[in-house]
Amino acid sequence: MSPRTGPRPNVPVTIDGVEHKAFEGETVLELAQRVGVRIPTLCHLEGLSIYGGCRLCVVEVTGDRRLSPACALEVTAELEVTTQSWTLHEHRRRIVELLFAEGSHVCAFCVSSGSCELQDLATEHDVDHIHYDFAHPDAGIDASHPKYSLDRDRCVMCTRCVRVCDEVEGAHVWDVAMRGSQGRIVAGMDQPWGEVADCTWCGKCVLVCPTGALSFKGRATSEMVHDPEVVAFLSTAREQGEWLDRKADA
Amino acid sequence: MAGPIDLYDVANAERDARAHFSRRAFVCTSTGCLSAGASAIKQQLTDTVTDAGQEQGVQVVPTGCFGLCSRGPLVRVETRDQQPTLYEHVDTDTAQLIADDHLLEGRQASADTVSLELPFFARQEKVVLSNAGKIDPDRIEDYVGQGGYRALQSAVETMTPEGVVKTILRSGLRGRGGAGYPTGRKWEFLSLADGDQKYVVANGDEGDPGAYMDRTIMETDPHRVLEGLSLAGYATGASQGYIYVRAEYPLAIERLERAIREAKRAKLIGRNVLGSDFRFDIEIRIGAGAFVCGEETALMKSIQGERGTPTLRPPYPTERGLWGKPTMIQNVETLANVPVILERGAEWFASLGTSESKGTKVFALTGSLNNTGLIEVPMGITLREIVEEMGGGIPDGRAFKAAQSGGPSGGCIPAPYLDTPVDYENLQKLGSMMGSGGLVVMDETVSMPEVARFYMEFCRDESCGKCTPCRAGTVKMHAFLDRIVSGVGRRRDLQHLESLCHTVRATSMCGLGQSAPNPVFSTLEHFRDEYLELLVPDEAFGPDGNGSSPDAQRAVATSPGGVR
Amino acid sequence: MADRAGNGAAGHPSGDERFGVLEKALKRSRYSQDQLIEILHVAQGVFGYLSEDVLVYVGRELKLPLSRVFGVATFYHLFTFEEPGEHGATVCTGTACFVKGADRIVDALTSEFHVSAGETTEDGRFTLKTARCLGSCGLAPVVVIDGAVRGHLDAAGVLEVVAEQMAADDEADTEDTTPAEADAVASGAANEARL
Repeated sequence: MSPRTGPRPNVPVTIDGVEHKAFEGETVLELAQRVGVRIPTLCHLEGLSIYGGCRLCVVEVTGDRRLSPACALEVTAELEVTTQSWTLHEHRRRIVELLFAEGSHVCAFCVSSGSCELQDLATEHDVDHIHYDFAHPDAGIDASHPKYSLDRDRCVMCTRCVRVCDEVEGAHVWDVAMRGSQGRIVAGMDQPWGEVADCTWCGKCVLVCPTGALSFKGRATSEMVHDPEVVAFLSTAREQGEWLDRKADA
Repeated sequence: MAGPIDLYDVANAERDARAHFSRRAFVCTSTGCLSAGASAIKQQLTDTVTDAGQEQGVQVVPTGCFGLCSRGPLVRVETRDQQPTLYEHVDTDTAQLIADDHLLEGRQASADTVSLELPFFARQEKVVLSNAGKIDPDRIEDYVGQGGYRALQSAVETMTPEGVVKTILRSGLRGRGGAGYPTGRKWEFLSLADGDQKYVVANGDEGDPGAYMDRTIMETDPHRVLEGLSLAGYATGASQGYIYVRAEYPLAIERLERAIREAKRAKLIGRNVLGSDFRFDIEIRIGAGAFVCGEETALMKSIQGERGTPTLRPPYPTERGLWGKPTMIQNVETLANVPVILERGAEWFASLGTSESKGTKVFALTGSLNNTGLIEVPMGITLREIVEEMGGGIPDGRAFKAAQSGGPSGGCIPAPYLDTPVDYENLQKLGSMMGSGGLVVMDETVSMPEVARFYMEFCRDESCGKCTPCRAGTVKMHAFLDRIVSGVGRRRDLQHLESLCHTVRATSMCGLGQSAPNPVFSTLEHFRDEYLELLVPDEAFGPDGNGSSPDAQRAVATSPGGVR
Repeated sequence: MADRAGNGAAGHPSGDERFGVLEKALKRSRYSQDQLIEILHVAQGVFGYLSEDVLVYVGRELKLPLSRVFGVATFYHLFTFEEPGEHGATVCTGTACFVKGADRIVDALTSEFHVSAGETTEDGRFTLKTARCLGSCGLAPVVVIDGAVRGHLDAAGVLEVVAEQMAADDEADTEDTTPAEADAVASGAANEARL
């Protein structure tokens, strides 16, 4: 993450009993990441607009009976925040369990095993057992694209792919169709991905996907390695003049 | 080009015209009665009068709603020097009797009538619905004849915008859509917001199943909504108003559209309202079948032609709303109070209701009751009065079990609490909420876990899908409730249901998810034994997890993955 | 790419005149992207449902990404994407109707026609839908059969009315448009006039 320039941070924010100084207008998540405090996230990605849908980053704010998403909570005045508590841990664990129960997340033969944010969240939140009925969706694989593959059963509806294609690439291939638990990501007019003329084959959606839903073709189990930080890099590369420093991959 | 309407001239002309009639028949033409044949009845009455050459002395007025919807079609006949008569269950035969006997000859027809002295009517306090059943919603002159648009005129000609805001603040009016947020404070936020463009929106999405208060207001008194919205615009500096109506209300849409056209012609909307510098335009936006679009931020997305998924707050709509501009969303019933408050005064309004909940509330009374329909009562009336006196009690001698308020976001109120005065705080203390005004009465034959399942199914189907706890959680909570109601639930299913409810309530992004667990919490609090009775006892399962009774075996067989 | 200066019939390759109605609506709304939902209402009114062809046409005319149009259209319950049956029954499943047995009516129709809510029979004669409260709670249970709101009917009564509607069809002469289509064009025109 690029260092901030300009005015010094001066808004006192206490995180888990430790006082820090925040820039006015930065989010609690940005502050936490800057000072090394871990808040779990999934739909958040630096360089993309804030979605606020996964609800994993919710924190307790003193004086507010409601939980707030740290990714969106902007610091404007003195604040006291709790990011880790037994209750928060339970809520986050249940949210991760819900994600597992909603899809078909079988790590044993997943292309993204080892490079999967859902997997990491499960480990972090002591998920060893799912208490909810599995939905066993069977939406099938869309392998129509020459370079990439989509497995909707592994999708966690984080919409990073939708946002990166719309906001960074400008092609808007992806969007969300239907609603509620019927919701799914679609390309074009719900066409096979390979038939959508708007797709530029840039691969950014694959790089930012947190699970094995989007992957490069030709990868076997555990061989798909994502690179979501490419978006943060792209959003500041021009100003920072960092082109030549960036290691190419993919 | 014609100048703006002269309200006093039109009102006087209406009064004079009315005075010519010795008899007037009011036919309810709201959706409910229309579906039962009211249109033909109105035509029949009109034709009979015209054929007899009596149009000068007898008037037939299409109007609505009288409120006692279960007894429709309804016709009220008013004659000089006599008490009005309300005919119920009118069909073509009784319509002819009414026309021949009462309208042409002034004798009450021998047909079924309802006493207007019934508590159902007598206990009502009509503020929002004061014109319902009295005026023809398709005639602006009728609305003006009852004093309509005088509040707008007086505000635009004699008051400052700040003065209007202060009046609403002093009145104590609170949002009638459900949460009860102080209306004046919202108006204040918008009026203080910076910007060259501000918007005010009337929320007519009314998605709660079993609630039709806003529909009735829009159908029976559309100009009232326009006037309230215009006053909101004047007070806050908004020049554009939208009325968002759900597509399932085609009659309301039609009546509002006609009203807007008439108001434009009369220069009550447009570039120079009533000849002043105040500019205010109103457009209708139609929903397309999504309960979640009743939520403020989702509603705005829908107006912008997008998927109706809520957005993060802050920023609040009054800071950044439609197309990034300061916006205020108000429920239709809230806005319908505004012209009356300005006309009769904030102090008068604050004298109605309780100390924290001023004014009246329209309720849609449905379920197991002898009298179902629409009522408007002062805040503070007890639930017992509503259910037993106005509702006429439960039919067939069955016992009262609970009243559900707030729809899928609310909770049930059982018999021990019948004497609770109905207001925002009391209902919340009981684990429910005022909600939009749907009040469903349930008798002893109703299974409360089934009620909870019904509401959860609704939330599951209406969830927008953006946030995990609501999207996935409502599916799982419904699954638990389904297992329990189907008799294959165990104690641990109930435990997981409860803990999941806490997570969904605490972490969901918007009101839909946050309040989806409410019916579960509420029915568990008051009727826990009903749930427990449905469970397969733990003793029926052996240490190896297999079931020893038929029920237990079924529970194991239907449990995904077998033993858990 | 449709020619905006001409009429819809010339603009759309099929030459289908109904696109003309749609084009008029687009013109009246000044091709504003905000009006997508209103335009979809007109389109469904005119065509009876939203086909892929119509969605692509709307997307191109409004200069919206196709996935965006699809995402918006499929979000809202009232938009349908399959040709509706000649006859239809929409059962209200609101609270008051639920208490009066709406689910029994849905079950009866499902058994009789072998379709679930939202589906049309294979022979295209009947579509079953549900709606979340139509606001006529005094008439509970409410079922809209071929556009007419019917109240106070039980499951047997609903089946009877539907059978009557279908029988009347068999007796009528062959028509150029089905009742559903005629209604669709009429309401589409009404929707279009609204804009």
